[in-house]
Amino acid sequence: MRKVTLEINGKKVEKEVQDNTLLSTFLRDHLNLTGTHIGCDTSQCGACVVHVNGNSLKSCTALAADIDGSKVTTIEGLATNGKMHPMQEAFKKLHGLQCGFCTPGMVMSAVDLLQKNKKPSDTEIRDWLEGNICRCTGYQNIVAAVKEAATKM
Amino acid sequence: MASLVGSRVERKEDKRFLTGKGRYTSDINLANQTYAIFVRSPHARAKIKKLDISKAQKSSGVVSILTGSEIAEDKIGGLIAGWAIRSEDGTEMKCPANPPLAKDIVNFVGDPVAVVIAESLEEAKVAAEKVSVDYKVLKAVTSTADAMDGDTIHEGIDKNLCFDWLLGDRQKVKEAFEKADKVISIDIINNRLIPNAMEPRACLADYNSASEEITLYTTSQNPHLSRLIMSAFGNVSPEHKLRVVAPDVGGGFGSKINVYNEDIVCSWAAKKINRAIKWVAERSESFLTDIHGRDHVTHAELAVTNDGKFLGFKNETIANLGAYARVFGTVTPTYLFGPCATGVYEIPAAYSNVKAVFTNTAPVDAYRGAGRPEATYTIERLVEKASMELGIDKTELRMKNFPTAFPFKQTLVHTVDSGDYVAGMEKAKQMADYNGYEARRKDSESRGKLRGIGVSSYFEACGIAPSAAVMSLGCGVGLWESAEVRFNPTGQVTVYTGSHSHGQSHQTTFAQIAADELGVPIENIDIVHGDTDKGTFGMGTYGSRSLTVGGIAIVNACKKIVEKGKRVTAKMLEASPEDVEFKDGEFIVAKSNKKKTIGEIAFACYLPGVRDEMKSPLPEGEEPGLKETAFFDPSNFSFPAGTHIAEVEIDPETGEVKLEKYTACDDFGRIINPMIVEGQVHGGLAQGIGQALYENAEYDETGQLMTGSYMDYTMPRADNFPEFNIGYTCTHATTNPLGVKGCGEAGAIAAPPTVMNAVIDALGGQEITMPATAEKVWKACKNLKKSNSKAA
Repeated sequence: MRKVTLEINGKKVEKEVQDNTLLSTFLRDHLNLTGTHIGCDTSQCGACVVHVNGNSLKSCTALAADIDGSKVTTIEGLATNGKMHPMQEAFKKLHGLQCGFCTPGMVMSAVDLLQKNKKPSDTEIRDWLEGNICRCTGYQNIVAAVKEAATKM
Repeated sequence: MASLVGSRVERKEDKRFLTGKGRYTSDINLANQTYAIFVRSPHARAKIKKLDISKAQKSSGVVSILTGSEIAEDKIGGLIAGWAIRSEDGTEMKCPANPPLAKDIVNFVGDPVAVVIAESLEEAKVAAEKVSVDYKVLKAVTSTADAMDGDTIHEGIDKNLCFDWLLGDRQKVKEAFEKADKVISIDIINNRLIPNAMEPRACLADYNSASEEITLYTTSQNPHLSRLIMSAFGNVSPEHKLRVVAPDVGGGFGSKINVYNEDIVCSWAAKKINRAIKWVAERSESFLTDIHGRDHVTHAELAVTNDGKFLGFKNETIANLGAYARVFGTVTPTYLFGPCATGVYEIPAAYSNVKAVFTNTAPVDAYRGAGRPEATYTIERLVEKASMELGIDKTELRMKNFPTAFPFKQTLVHTVDSGDYVAGMEKAKQMADYNGYEARRKDSESRGKLRGIGVSSYFEACGIAPSAAVMSLGCGVGLWESAEVRFNPTGQVTVYTGSHSHGQSHQTTFAQIAADELGVPIENIDIVHGDTDKGTFGMGTYGSRSLTVGGIAIVNACKKIVEKGKRVTAKMLEASPEDVEFKDGEFIVAKSNKKKTIGEIAFACYLPGVRDEMKSPLPEGEEPGLKETAFFDPSNFSFPAGTHIAEVEIDPETGEVKLEKYTACDDFGRIINPMIVEGQVHGGLAQGIGQALYENAEYDETGQLMTGSYMDYTMPRADNFPEFNIGYTCTHATTNPLGVKGCGEAGAIAAPPTVMNAVIDALGGQEITMPATAEKVWKACKNLKKSNSKAA
């Protein structure tokens, strides 16, 4: 066990965690931030993507103890004062989600893409999202939503 | 008031999913809950010689360990096949018992033998490792094609044959083939797939010892049906003491229709230990134990004349059921497959013969399209081959055999009420620039690439289904749907539907329908589903039935509300009910300016008393309140149809297939929300193209799943697809008041043959099996080069 101090969605969190507690488990089971989803056990699906110090990360690939001192943003922290982030708005407007399970990871990943590439092409969006699997949408409306968000961010 | 039906209304469900407020089963935790881990067979077929839990029981945190013996002692029933199919010789199908925990014999890798329940997940995992099972490993049967020659898996089921089913007339087909100028034949495999909804299955069972109620939260497409099966066949609890809640469910695609072992075991065990039990599948467990889809081996023949008229069709298929027959396991390769195998064509004589076999693999059941993708793949591969062999353009050959009038009495079972297949074909050709293909092919050729174009035309029987019809075909339940429309006194509306949304957008589309029917603003309408305590019994969501059956139940319940509203208005305004008209949320007395809004009527319905000057608004004998229920049982299936066209470019040096263009032109009847229909088409296409190019479930000869993770099973990614070009034609269904046909499965049905026809066209007609991986295609390119150089 060790103590970790993190800033999660703008709030300071101090908790005792086991050395082997995954960040995804920490968020879901210790903090009840269940918007971060677990869709696989091989770090392929991307449903658990969050931002750590501003960069997207599959939270099932990090130990909570390893990121002590970091700033974490989860899907719950993306909206500000109840107003959805432009990426969330774009997903809604363009039907970029169906069952919603991959959505948090998809949105967090897409936000990071636009941080790094303000006007990505279709190909660049599709390449970037290679680490996020969606079984419902066929990705087309997700790509459209990312492009739409790019015009608003 | 503008109609909402037909409008691109944004989804009511989205905000919670986009802000992390969705509530999936694995998100729910109960006080004092325990955690379950299932001990599963590592062998495909084995006898359990000894199961020793003594070490595991001493492991830290263990609450209870239960095995197949306790399940048997408590007379907990097994998992069932929902449809009884008869063989050609009239005998009933043969199915093995499928206990929730295997006691004596295991039949596939992943078959559960024990459950370990502990205070924490980690402790349950550690203890499960200590359960010692001594197996006598037996030779597994894994191949679909050879299953009938393998060892008998289930005692008393000879040749591993569940049934040998026939639909159609062999003699008529024989005569038709005798008249043919040419017989086109094909041998195809419809590859095995794993549905892979992104949310792994999960359940959380709770028991209240005072009320003796079990509450089961589970990832189900049909909570009421699950409750019925668990109660009537599983003997878990009387139905009134079992509440099944399917909250937000992260995709289903058929894989969450079944009641699974874990649902039954956790519910039963929660009562036994008097505590809540949570189980969440790891993805590797999903791969092993979720139902799989497809897995057919087919030989089919088409008898044709030289000028391209179809005379007869034969379909000889072996369908793999896996280790056990489950809810839709036996109907998927029969009535959902056989009738549709003659496709969109007038074929005077046809039969489908299906031998369904057991193997030591995960159970195979309904996966998006269920039977109809296999049917469409069979006929559309065959027709494409016929076009090559006859030298007739693939679109002309199809149109030559399309029905010319509707209703279209399809050869084997269905009477298709409406459609216009020629219009669909013409529009698809135009959208795809079919006539400009040759220029694109030459361009590819100039760059050293091979280009191919593939077409398929499909129809499907969905909107399942008329109870009388399906029960006569062996279904164990009626497939009607229910709806309850409840007005609050202050005018908002709650609609409970017995169908279930796990991505399909019921909260939005059903609210659009109710808003139009009732004239109530959509923001004042809530759609509720997924909880057996919240509404009337329902049959759930599969077979593109939510709208075509469940949506119509909502329409009918709304109409009952309006009828009552007319009676109440008449009383209040001293008119005759026949003179009251309803429009845009207002009850208007004809030829007067007297009217009441539906909100006023709802309020009045809850205030039936008399005081001083106030009279009761309710006519004599009318009950207070404003709530109506409707059960809708359709008179026929619904029949979406369409034509899809794909173009691929192949790099002969690497065998890589690039899907360059994909055009879908579908007829879904009336469209409630075009945005949502687009999404359904895209998703179906992705799964269908996935089957054709990427996905494949493979077992080795010992029955180990070789594709048991996302590193081995290729899930289509964003960069695998071009932008789909989709469009519609529209003929309304005549069998329901909305004229709707269903859209959820079309893409998965039409895409595999469309893409494979394009790939095979590019390869000069060489057959290859799905998925068309780079390795297979590269080898075919080599062959092509050889045969081309010989020809030169």
